[in-house]
Amino acid sequence: MAVTAGSKVLNNVEAVRETLYEAMKSDDRTIILGEDVGARGNVFLITKDFINEFGPERVIDTPIAEASIVGIAVGMAMEGLRPIAEIQFADFIYPAFNQIVGEAAKTRYRSNGEYTCPLVIRTPYGGGVRGALSHSVSIEALFYHVPGLKIVAPAFPADVKGLLNAAIDDPDPVLFLEHKKTYRLIKGEVPEGHYTIPIGKANVIKEGRQLTVVSYGLYVHWALEAANQLENEGMSVEVIDLRSIRPMDRTTILNSVEKTRKLLIIHEDNKFGGIGAEISAMVAEEALFSLDAPIRRLAAPDVPAMGYAEPLEHEYMSSPAQMADAMRELVKF
Amino acid sequence: MATKSKTSGSASTLERRGLTDEQLVGILRTMLMHRRLEGRGFELNRQGKIPFASAGEGHEAVQAGAAMAFERGKDILVPYYRDLGLDIGIGLSPLEVLLSLFARVADHSGGRQFPHHYASKKLGLYSISSVLAAQLPHAVGAAYALKYRKETGRAVLATVGDGATSEGEWHESMNFAAIHKLPIVFLCENNEWAISTPLAKQMANPNIYERAEGYGMPGVQINGFDPIACYAAVKEAMDRARTGGGPTFIEAKCYRFLAHTTDDDDRTYRSREEVAERRKQDPVPTFERLLVEHGVLTAEGLEDLKRSVLAEANEATDRAESMPYPAPHDLYTNVYADSYQPWR
Repeated sequence: MAVTAGSKVLNNVEAVRETLYEAMKSDDRTIILGEDVGARGNVFLITKDFINEFGPERVIDTPIAEASIVGIAVGMAMEGLRPIAEIQFADFIYPAFNQIVGEAAKTRYRSNGEYTCPLVIRTPYGGGVRGALSHSVSIEALFYHVPGLKIVAPAFPADVKGLLNAAIDDPDPVLFLEHKKTYRLIKGEVPEGHYTIPIGKANVIKEGRQLTVVSYGLYVHWALEAANQLENEGMSVEVIDLRSIRPMDRTTILNSVEKTRKLLIIHEDNKFGGIGAEISAMVAEEALFSLDAPIRRLAAPDVPAMGYAEPLEHEYMSSPAQMADAMRELVKF
Repeated sequence: MATKSKTSGSASTLERRGLTDEQLVGILRTMLMHRRLEGRGFELNRQGKIPFASAGEGHEAVQAGAAMAFERGKDILVPYYRDLGLDIGIGLSPLEVLLSLFARVADHSGGRQFPHHYASKKLGLYSISSVLAAQLPHAVGAAYALKYRKETGRAVLATVGDGATSEGEWHESMNFAAIHKLPIVFLCENNEWAISTPLAKQMANPNIYERAEGYGMPGVQINGFDPIACYAAVKEAMDRARTGGGPTFIEAKCYRFLAHTTDDDDRTYRSREEVAERRKQDPVPTFERLLVEHGVLTAEGLEDLKRSVLAEANEATDRAESMPYPAPHDLYTNVYADSYQPWR
């Protein structure tokens, strides 16, 4: 890969690590807390050696207690620190649900701005890694209903860094979702130094004329692969990487749909009540008469989880080939 | 490490525990104001002027005593929703209380929160929800920040009722505070009732303070009807926290004389005899008598104090009632820091 001056090639896990390192280096209000983030350096080695450089006061190995990992971070944030709380796997975030939904997201609102909660909650999510029921889930739909919270789910290393910096700088709580299958799979150029990408802005990663595809996380890469294949078949597909789930970039989606007149939403999470439901409803409300075909969603079946066994995982997830099929059908509609 | 503290105030003795006459009268005034304002909430509710009020009668002594151990301008209070006496004891004004009851725009939350869920940075008073023990991790995080910034001389006072000690976050907070020897005091106001659920259905061992030892911190049990004993225990624990000595758990045994809130009817779950029996120990008249008998206050001085409390409560009521509600468009502010256009 040719590297632009002022950039280097990193994978997603390295991008997270570098961003956290620079945040720790530049602001001693930054505190990292979570399970095994210290001596072990996080289960994916994201914070390896941080504890040696920044000390155990700033890199806190917490007891295994997710509610208080987030809750203590809320208190730190209210008291002027800039905590970055880690939930080791998104599947373990449920005990912290009240602290995120009932406390962090409502601190500014319920105190009418007297107290704020500048907090980042990072967590690896998603499947395709034989993670079974408790190391594969997508959690975004459980949280995207909550005003006061921001949710980010980047797919590319440069976006990981820019959006994580934005999340750390943000004066409100941000749930930062890292797709664990992309951690080492996805590499890309990452600018050096501090920069931010605004939370709430989607990115058109491939322009096209006949169909809009909206996705986020791992599936952005597979959707892009499928769209490129269709390009070879003479079909023109636009791919939008949502990047932020809340707030959602309605303008980019609507502009694209007005142009292509067809919409396919692809996500790994199950279909019912998923992110695709909100996008569908929004486009139906705002742009129904621009559409030349019914809105289509390609998402997981409505079952509790993907299984550990390979066929169960495959059945749950959508493949690039299935994505290409859905795109073809819609382009030809 | 678990100890029971001796009660220091009775009709025959007055152990001042270092408190001046002025401070003793200050404690009584907080107790009287607490009772007056909470009664006012019930009155306004029965008059149909406000939708809801909650009750803390029986908690006056522990809260006024603890508040006297709080250093204004330095310490942080992370209370729960039955802490009106603590809130006013650290400086919240009767007007602020009435603004909360009437849900007026000038209220700390702009009329958003239930009564007695205040938030004042000036007072060091943290914003809370009504979810039990959810505020304790915040208190622990704040205490961590004080320790991290090496701000000795400051500590966090965090309170709960007995009901909240069943919550997981109570345990998680006690554990983390002890591991990191944080500058925090956990004060449990054990009034024996979690709405309708008595202590025996909440825990097998009714001595909550004994749990502290299991976490590796001192546990103290005090008579929550004795404001001086409460002051002394909280002062000792806060001083220890402020000087790097780590956390303490204090259980103050008191009683809830009224129903949980204006929407509760406690006749459905406890006998009038039980309540009447406990009323005999009512800490407010007991402390009035103690101060008069020991010459801290004259009988006339006590009447003057009560009159001034009533006058202040009345004035606050009239002023708050005359002030405006939030406007409908106030629903949309302070969702995020930046301007926010909600989907609708």
